[in-house]
Amino acid sequence: MAPSLPRVGARLTLAKSSLEQVFANLRAAGFTLIGPRLRDAALVLEEVTGLNDLPRGWRDQQAPGQYRVVPGQDSFYFDHLVGPHSWKQFLHPARLKLFGAAKNNGTWSFQSATAPPPRYAFIGVRACDLAAIARQDRVFLAGEFRDPHYAARRESLFLLAVNCGRAAPTCFCRSLQTGPRVTGGFDLALTELADVFVLEVGSEAGAEMLRETAWQPATALHASRAEEAVRQTESQIERELRTDDLPKLLYDNLEHPRWDEVARRCLACGNCTLVCPTCFCTTVEDASNLAGTRVERTRLWDSCFTLDFSHVHGGNSRPTLRARYRQWLTHKLASWKDQFGALGCVGCGRCITWCPVGIELTEEVKAIREKAA
Amino acid sequence: MGASTRPKLAVFKFSSCDGCQLALLSLEDELLELAGAVEIAYFLEARSQTLPPPYDVALVEGSITTAEDSKRIQEIRQQAKLLVTIGACATAGGIQALRNWKDVDEFTRAVYATPAYIETLKQSTPISAHVPVDFELNGCPVNKAQLLEVLTALLLGRAPHLPAHSVCVECKRRGTVCVAVAQGIACLGPLTHAGCGAICPAFNRGCFGCFGPMESPNADALLAHLEESGHAAAELVRLTRGFTGFAEAFRTASEKWEKRP
Ligand code: SF4
Ligand code: SF4
Ligand code: SF4
Repeated sequence: MAPSLPRVGARLTLAKSSLEQVFANLRAAGFTLIGPRLRDAALVLEEVTGLNDLPRGWRDQQAPGQYRVVPGQDSFYFDHLVGPHSWKQFLHPARLKLFGAAKNNGTWSFQSATAPPPRYAFIGVRACDLAAIARQDRVFLAGEFRDPHYAARRESLFLLAVNCGRAAPTCFCRSLQTGPRVTGGFDLALTELADVFVLEVGSEAGAEMLRETAWQPATALHASRAEEAVRQTESQIERELRTDDLPKLLYDNLEHPRWDEVARRCLACGNCTLVCPTCFCTTVEDASNLAGTRVERTRLWDSCFTLDFSHVHGGNSRPTLRARYRQWLTHKLASWKDQFGALGCVGCGRCITWCPVGIELTEEVKAIREKAA
Repeated sequence: MGASTRPKLAVFKFSSCDGCQLALLSLEDELLELAGAVEIAYFLEARSQTLPPPYDVALVEGSITTAEDSKRIQEIRQQAKLLVTIGACATAGGIQALRNWKDVDEFTRAVYATPAYIETLKQSTPISAHVPVDFELNGCPVNKAQLLEVLTALLLGRAPHLPAHSVCVECKRRGTVCVAVAQGIACLGPLTHAGCGAICPAFNRGCFGCFGPMESPNADALLAHLEESGHAAAELVRLTRGFTGFAEAFRTASEKWEKRP
């Protein structure tokens, strides 16, 4: 047993079974653990209580418009990659009651409806998803208007990141320099080898959670095997998104015929925006009782693919599918940069996998570039 | 008692299974509140006493399938300030609109001992094919929360909030894993009007489209993709020709795929 806690920046090895103790430490510190679990033919993000909840031995197979869970490497807990869910479900919930009001004897009284959120510990955050959280930080925390709901969840967050041991054909983090290697912004980061975890300590809070575990300083062999694993993943990534001519390429091609072509294939279903870990748009819904004496306001995820989204007084500013697809792509890969100083895409590939008709944003950009104005 | 000042609500039935009226009755908690807020003037399924027209709001369930029906709906339109259709039958012709692609006389001969007693139209059509409709509420049956939302909005004089986007949005909001992508199930959700809360995919079934087409359905794109992924044209015809198969977007789609070799 190691006598003290490791310092920040240290590289360690940890027996796989010791992750149970890390989980126990997190729970004892008051965290609700969210991690990957096998449910409904997919690896979803849900509450996990112990190591046994993790999808050991399972991995995903992904392609445009297709996702399957298949057996993976037996001893691996993190053989899968990003799935249908993203962490924004917890930091930026899909449905959030904002407030309620009631009228008694002619006077209205308001009640804040938001209970203090749980303190979350995210287990198994990939590099692209860490980058996505950083992008949403810019949206919700950096500007003039802070989102208090996001802030409350974000500030108490514990991040256990994972370096990817393989890549899917939908992954293109390399093009956006967001992965597959985890480089910062975590409390603990692990690389999974067949026999052990190689761990990097990213913060005091991370070090603290290694209490009572049998960590060891990483041997040179373990460290280099971990390095090699990530390098291998990097070399597996085939999908590419050229970014050097963005945002200009899209701004210069707002009338490109490709927009008409993709509009024939796109369903305006909104799935791409909703699975995207950086997309942040919401709408509010007001509800009341029949007498109009009790009301409440709920915030819901919205999508630029719905008609209500661009409905303004007098009509709709994006009535066609073409206009709506163009809005999505040019926001992600052009105007996002003007707004928030970075592209709205981290290359996770979710919008490609979870598009019911397999539209690939990387291919759309390529097609526009090929016959650019 | 302020009976005369409360808005008068009437509920009418045409060709239907009564399920949407049951959705109204199953409001339970809110039903008493509703009965206090409106005068239930005509609702045979709930109350034998009836009050004469005019009515402030008429809820209409069911499709038009007889000559008699097509006269009665004209009268109801005259009697009601606002006419709201409830459910797939009233809004799209219902499952009984499957006959619209078949020979009804042949059915009558096969089913009834004395077909001469049966008087029926060749087609089952939605209410909007006969009279102007102020508001259409989708679903088979309607979602009772949506029904309450419409009544509340009408009482308070505001627009009801009933988004017309895809069912997919509801799947994603509730965290359901897409059955189309993860299991290869043919799902109508991307073409279908939200409102049910995405129930079927949450139970590992594809969406049946019972809420009718969404606001901007691109049926060609989805069906072409499904065909490419190995679903036979006949299966796609069955998929789009269901509870709301006679609604325009689904009707044109099924007729197009029916003609495929
Ligand atoms: S746009 Fe697509 S690939 Fe990029 S971050 Fe969003 S979901 Fe991932
Ligand atoms: S790109 Fe795909 S997921 Fe996005 S709205 Fe179009 S069809 Fe739906
Ligand atoms: S299961 Fe069906 S409704 Fe739900 S997201 Fe997938 S395609 Fe859309």
